[in-house]
Amino acid sequence: MSYNINDKGYYGEFGGAYIPEMLYPNIEELRQNYLKITAEESFQKEFHRLLKDYVGRPSPLYFAKRLSEKYNTKIYLKREDLNHTGAHKVNNTIGQILLAQRLGKTRIIAETGAGQHGVATATVCALMGIECVVYMGEVDIARQAPNVARMKMLGAKVVPALSGSRTLKDATNEAMRDWINNPVNTHYIVGSVVGPHPYPDMVARFQAVVSEEIKNQLLEKEDTENPDYLIACVGGGSNAAGTYYHYLDNTDVNIIAVEAAGKGIDTGESAATSVLGKEGIIHGSKTLLMQTGDGQITEPYSISAGLDYPGVGPMHANLYKTGRAEFISITDDEAMTAGLELSQLEGIIPAIETSHALAVFEHKTFKPEDIIVLNLSGRGDKDLQNYIDYFKL
Amino acid sequence: MNRINQKLQEDKKLLSIYFTAGYPNINDTVNTIQNLEKSGVDMIEIGLPFSDPLADGPTIQDSSTRALKNGMTSELLFQQLKDIRKTVSIPLIIMGYFNPMLQYGVEAFCKKCQEIGIDGLIIPDLPVDVYHDEYKSTFDKYGLINVFLITPQTSEERIRYIDSVSDGFIYMVSSASTTGAKSGFGDEQEDYFTRVSNMNLKNPQIVGFGISNNDTFTQATKHAKGAIIGSAFIKYVTANGIENLEHFTSPILGK
Ligand SMILES: Cc1ncc(COP(=O)(O)O)c(C=O)c1O
Repeated sequence: MSYNINDKGYYGEFGGAYIPEMLYPNIEELRQNYLKITAEESFQKEFHRLLKDYVGRPSPLYFAKRLSEKYNTKIYLKREDLNHTGAHKVNNTIGQILLAQRLGKTRIIAETGAGQHGVATATVCALMGIECVVYMGEVDIARQAPNVARMKMLGAKVVPALSGSRTLKDATNEAMRDWINNPVNTHYIVGSVVGPHPYPDMVARFQAVVSEEIKNQLLEKEDTENPDYLIACVGGGSNAAGTYYHYLDNTDVNIIAVEAAGKGIDTGESAATSVLGKEGIIHGSKTLLMQTGDGQITEPYSISAGLDYPGVGPMHANLYKTGRAEFISITDDEAMTAGLELSQLEGIIPAIETSHALAVFEHKTFKPEDIIVLNLSGRGDKDLQNYIDYFKL
Repeated sequence: MNRINQKLQEDKKLLSIYFTAGYPNINDTVNTIQNLEKSGVDMIEIGLPFSDPLADGPTIQDSSTRALKNGMTSELLFQQLKDIRKTVSIPLIIMGYFNPMLQYGVEAFCKKCQEIGIDGLIIPDLPVDVYHDEYKSTFDKYGLINVFLITPQTSEERIRYIDSVSDGFIYMVSSASTTGAKSGFGDEQEDYFTRVSNMNLKNPQIVGFGISNNDTFTQATKHAKGAIIGSAFIKYVTANGIENLEHFTSPILGK
C-alpha cells in the first residue's frame, strides 16, 4: 500500500477535483502539465538554483542539545525558519511561479492566513516582475499586521476577504472566485496541500525538498537516513507533507501530525480537524473537514492564523484514516508555553504554528535513543505582538 | 416523462428563475414558488444554501448567508416542499453544492426529491466524470435529471461528453464568471452562443449568468431554448418582497 497519490488524484478515498465547471479548464491545464514541466531539466535547474542562492537552502538540520536534554531524547530541528521570508512556504511559491511562467501566465493570485504564504507569493512575484493579488481574511489582516505591510512593500495588492468568518477559508473562496473570473491569464498559487487535484500533489512535491534534505543530513549526523519520529504541525498540511514525503511508505519511520486544539477540543473554539471533522468536500477536495450535521462548513479557531483552517489536505486525511500518522492536538496555552521554552532553551523564537509541534514533547514521552526530526516551519517575528500580549512581556 | 423533458418540448422560449430557499424569510420558500408559477415562469431552481458557495458572487452569497442564519437546512427544505405538488405543476430543480447532499446521503437526498416531486438537480461542484462513475445510477433510479454546466472555455470535446451524459438540458454559463458578476452580452457571447448552437447537441441549452432584463433574455434565447435568472431576481425580492412577481417577470418576457 502506498500513502502517496494514485493516478486518479486520490490518497486512498481522499482528494479528487470537486470543482465547478468554470474552473475545469484551469485545473485541467495544470493537471496535464505539472509533472511534465517540473520534470524538465531547465525547470529543475532553475528551481534548485533559486532554492540555493535565493532561499538559502539546504536549511540546516540542527541538533537541539538543551531541548534534547530537557526531554531526554534526541531532537533535531529542520530549520525552515531560516529560509528567506521566514518559513517553509517559499519552497512552494518558487516552484509554482516557475510553473506559472512556463504556462504563460501574467497574473498571480493567492490566499493567505498567517500571511506567510502571502509574503512568499508576493516575494516571488517581485522577483519575477509579475502582478500579484493576495486575498486575506479581514480578521487575519488585523492579527498579522507585519506580514500585510511586507506584502504591500513587495508590491502586492492585498484584498480583504469580507465573507463568512473572514479568515483563511474565506480568503481561499475569494481567490477561487477571482480565478473563475480570470481564467486565462491568471495562475492561482495555492499555499498548502489543499484544493483540487493536482494542487495537493504539486505542493507536496515542491515541499518534498525538506525530506530529501533530512535524509542526507541525518545520514551524515546519525549514520542513518531514518529518524524514529517525524513531527510537524498541520494547518492545511504543507510543511508536514514536505517533512513526511520521502518517508511516507517507510513505516520504520513514525509520523506525528500536530493540530491546533485552540481553547480545547470540546470548547467549540478549535481547529483540530482530525477529531472534530468528518469526510466531505472543501475547496474542491474530498477530505476531512469541520462541518455541521447539515454539511455547512464551520468556523475553526486557533491562536495561530496559519492553523486556523477547517480542513486538512487529502494526504493527511488518509494518513489519519489509515493510522499511518499519529494525530495530536495542542491547545493555545500549550503552544505558547512551548514557544517560550524553545526561545529560552535554544535561542530560537518559533512561529506560533510551529510552537504547536514543539508542545508534543510535553504530551508524549520518547526514548533516550529515539531520533526525532521536527519541522521548525517558521520564525516568530510575525507573532511577536501575540507573544507580547500573551506573556505580558 | 420527467416534467423537465415535457417542458423542453413546448414551442416557446423558457424563463427559469433561481431563488435561495429560506430567503428573505425562512417561510418564504413555498410562497415564492407558487408566486413564480403564477407570474408565468416556466421552471424554478430552488437554491439550497451553502456556507461556502464558490461559484457565486456577492448577491447569492449574501442571500445564502441570510438563509442559513434564518435556519435553512436540507431537512427543513424537504419539509417545506412536502406538499408542493398539490399546488405547483412546473418543473422544479434543486440547485446546491455537493457537501450538504453528501452529508444528507446522496441516495437519501435523491429519494426525498422523488417523493416530493423534484425533477432535477444542479450541483456545480459535482464533476461530470464523478457523477457518471458513482452517482448516475442513483439519480436514474429516482427519476432525477442532473444538469451540467458549460462555459465559453469548455472545449468542444468536453461539451460533447457532457451532452452524452445529460438527458435534460445543458446549462450554458454565459461568460467566465461567478454569478451576478457581469451583465449584458458582447460579441464574445454571441460567438459562443452561435458556436454551441451549431454543434447540434442532443440536449437543448439554457443560458444562465448575466441575464436581467428583456434585452439579455432575448439575446440569450436567440439560439438557446431558454434562460435562467438568479442574482437579478434575488435583488428584486430583497427590495420588493415575494408578492406580485409578475412585476419582475412581465418586463423580461416583453409583456
Ligand atoms: C510557520 C508556519 N507553519 C505552518 C503553517 C501551516 O501551514 P501548513 O500546514 O500548510 O504547513 C503556516 C501557515 O501559514 C506557517 O506560516
